Amino acid sequence: MELYEYSAAKLSAMMEQGEISAHELCESVFRRIEGTDPEVHAYLTLQKEEALKQADEVDKLRRSGESLPPLAGIPVGIKDNICTKGLRTTCASRMLHNFVPPYDATVIKKLRAQYAVIPGKLNMDEFAMGSSTETSYFQKTANPHDLTRIPGGSSGGSAAAVAAGSAVVALGSDTGGSIRQPASLCGVVGLKPTYGAVSRFGLVAFASSLDQIGPFGRTVEDAALLYDAVCGPDSMDATSVRRDVTPIAPQLHASVKGLKIGLPHEYFEEGVEESTKKAVMNAAAELEKAGAKLIPLSLPSTGYGLSAYYIIASAEASSNLARFDGVKYGYRTEHFETLEQMYENTRSEGFGDEVKRRILLGTFVLSSGYYDAYYKRAKMLQQQMTREFVSVFEQCDLLLTPTTPYTAFKLGERIDDPLMMYRCDVCTVPVNIAGLPAVSLPCGRDDRGLPIGMQLIGPHFSEARLLNTAYSYEKLIGGFPPMPRLAGKEGAK
Amino acid sequence: MKQGYEMVVGLEIHAELNTDSKIYCSCHNAFGLEVNSQCCPICMGMPGTLPTLNSRVVDSAVKMGHALHCSINRICKQDRKNYFYPDLPKAYQISQFDVPLCEHGYVNIMVDGKQKKIGVTRIHIEEDAGKLLHGDSFGGTLVDFNRCGVPLIEIVSEPDMRSSAEAKAYLDAIKAILQHLDISDCKMQEGSIRCDVNVSVHKEGEPFGTRCEMKNVNTFSGAVRAIEYEANRQIELLEQGESISQETRRWDDSQGKSFLLRSKEDAQDYRYFPEPDLLTIVLSEERVESLKEGIGELPNDRMARLMWEYRLSQGDATLLVEVPEKADLFEAAAAIGKAKADELVKWIVGDISKYLNDTGKPLSDFAITPVQLSDLAEAVTSGKISSTAGKTVLDVILFEDKSVEAVIEEKGLAQISDTGALEEIVLEVLKNNEKSVQDYRGGKTNALGYLVGQCMRLTKGKGNPTLMKELLIKHL
Repeated sequence: MELYEYSAAKLSAMMEQGEISAHELCESVFRRIEGTDPEVHAYLTLQKEEALKQADEVDKLRRSGESLPPLAGIPVGIKDNICTKGLRTTCASRMLHNFVPPYDATVIKKLRAQYAVIPGKLNMDEFAMGSSTETSYFQKTANPHDLTRIPGGSSGGSAAAVAAGSAVVALGSDTGGSIRQPASLCGVVGLKPTYGAVSRFGLVAFASSLDQIGPFGRTVEDAALLYDAVCGPDSMDATSVRRDVTPIAPQLHASVKGLKIGLPHEYFEEGVEESTKKAVMNAAAELEKAGAKLIPLSLPSTGYGLSAYYIIASAEASSNLARFDGVKYGYRTEHFETLEQMYENTRSEGFGDEVKRRILLGTFVLSSGYYDAYYKRAKMLQQQMTREFVSVFEQCDLLLTPTTPYTAFKLGERIDDPLMMYRCDVCTVPVNIAGLPAVSLPCGRDDRGLPIGMQLIGPHFSEARLLNTAYSYEKLIGGFPPMPRLAGKEGAK
Repeated sequence: MKQGYEMVVGLEIHAELNTDSKIYCSCHNAFGLEVNSQCCPICMGMPGTLPTLNSRVVDSAVKMGHALHCSINRICKQDRKNYFYPDLPKAYQISQFDVPLCEHGYVNIMVDGKQKKIGVTRIHIEEDAGKLLHGDSFGGTLVDFNRCGVPLIEIVSEPDMRSSAEAKAYLDAIKAILQHLDISDCKMQEGSIRCDVNVSVHKEGEPFGTRCEMKNVNTFSGAVRAIEYEANRQIELLEQGESISQETRRWDDSQGKSFLLRSKEDAQDYRYFPEPDLLTIVLSEERVESLKEGIGELPNDRMARLMWEYRLSQGDATLLVEVPEKADLFEAAAAIGKAKADELVKWIVGDISKYLNDTGKPLSDFAITPVQLSDLAEAVTSGKISSTAGKTVLDVILFEDKSVEAVIEEKGLAQISDTGALEEIVLEVLKNNEKSVQDYRGGKTNALGYLVGQCMRLTKGKGNPTLMKELLIKHL
């Protein structure tokens, strides 16, 4: 087994024991990147030299007898909408093709403080708008399980890199499912934390009230380790919640005895593939066998989730993305005479179609005369949906649903049908709307061999319960399947 | 303004607060420093950065709310006002839209000796934008971000003013309160206080007319000119049978004219919505109450009281209250009960103020005490010393802790009020100035002044002029 194939937890122990060095691990991951990325296209920017330097620093510290945190020396891939000081951060947009932040996001500061190694920046849908990573200005990322298919999105690069072994773990961001949906499609674990659990400082905003940074891992424990490293209050983010944080990874234990798991029937209805329903219900049965109690229940407003989501998210995006005007940084058109023309041409040339679509939609719903009919009603729906979640959590400890209605589709298959694309998020957006935590984890394959994911949703700040349930399931099925073989053409099925 | 018309004026005042740091980041809040030296990724709106609210800004705004008798919204929010302009790096300004921090207040102003209550619609907090620098030396336009994120409060009045004089009095009152609370530097020349002016006109007895807003009014005297210009412009249009269209105009003070900026149809849609990066502002009752402490008597209230209690003119009261130290000195000296109030004011707004202006120093740099001032005023009023001698005394007591009596003694300034002694001098003057005596007797009464002057010369300025005048008339 190559080093890149191991879990972060195992690698951390191996380094701690002196069995391997961080340098060797970093070399192994870069060999994997060099072997797979020409086909997977997960990375937008690589920094091998810097990464090896970081790894050497870890080895030096370890040799000097210092006790290091669990992520020390672990290569962590970073979604390209998280600002990294001195390292290009593009949001996969032409608009920021040359943007090098002079500051680190808080999560990056925390990773550096843990001596994590950053191999590079990962592809995504432009400004995190999309569900297939196809709206990236630079490249299309392939699903490591089938290179002709999309990895999901918007954190497609992060999911694909972790699935392919070109990163041990990775950070993504989730506004409407952007961590969980690609995690599901790539057969890895992805956690969307409670809104306010992880600092958003340095995350280039898409929809400020919905965005959260979260981890990807090939095991639940790895996702927990990365979550532990980045979560916690931050004085730089007013929406981060002041609370005491205890690390989850060391407390994971395989037990679901007495756990009440709700199954909201709205998540198993129209549009959800049979194989997906079956896989999720099989997983439910496994958990029941292990002592959990299954409770069928209802979340009646679920059907309004997508509408509310696309109004709120687009409204905030239209404002958040207004700063990209060609005045200060990033792309500026060469064709203009007046200030107006500079704005128009810069934004016309710098943004892709999907981003423009959402800016137009968001500008419209906030416009005078339409605000009450759209934005205000969407915010009311948000309250309604949140109340429904709060009330079902009086009957159960967490919810089990499919993560996505269907498995990975072909590259290019849906890029021209935005509504079809938006429907990928039907099971994930309600979680963001209510600010809840949710984790997606693999629960089988469809008849094409493509990964199916299930989603566990919990009350606010129930990450420990969610990850523990996910961990229990992982142990019950004897661990998740190994990563896809991806050596040259052989990798493609 | 043309007879038969009435004007209606409402004002929006933007005042920069003097907090140490900016409203949403820890950058220094300072004016006049090197271009782009007081900014960071947050106030420059770089991608991924987030605002965090400086609670001092809220405190200052609540204080102003208390001073203007507002109700304080203990739960309120911040909103985004979206528009593109190169001096606005995020392309939105964080402001407050439908729930301001303070609303429903008023302020008492004084015009022509009469008090009037002007309604204050709201006070909200917001961030300032940067500054565009246009120049030939570098070509084109550059942006200075130092001012980005400087905290502002916007104070919006009701349309309660009916003349430019009332508007001026309102502006002066607000400025005095801001200074009294020490929450703004109120430096016009640095743009730390600016206003937008809303004006409409209507025929007396008819409903209000359509209003026009004027931007870019940077001085209070400019506001007066802008209001008068605008009212006359509107009346002229109405007289010509035209109607007023609601529009925003730019005031050009150097030309004394306003120019159309945009009409109602082109009004910008700012697409306000709640700022998702900031939490709802929730203030405890204790915090709101504690901010009432130390507000003390407001300058406009003090002015009204001085006018009523000491029978001062509005002009004198204004001059005293403008510099609280002067009013303090006045009230302390008046409290001694020796000198008359209007005599004390005369010294303070006259010679003492001249000293302050000439030296540029505050009153606290001078040694003069209420007792000295009271004694000085009394000595002059009672005729113990002449007013010229009084000035000589002032020259000393401004700098030295000596009693007025001691100074009079030391300098030999006591006035000669001995009738016998003065009579001799009067007779001598009459003898030596035959021509003037004849002039006076021939009806040229102003010759008397000359004769008094001659008497004064002979007494080396110490003769009591009133007495000498009486004696001269007696012998003429």
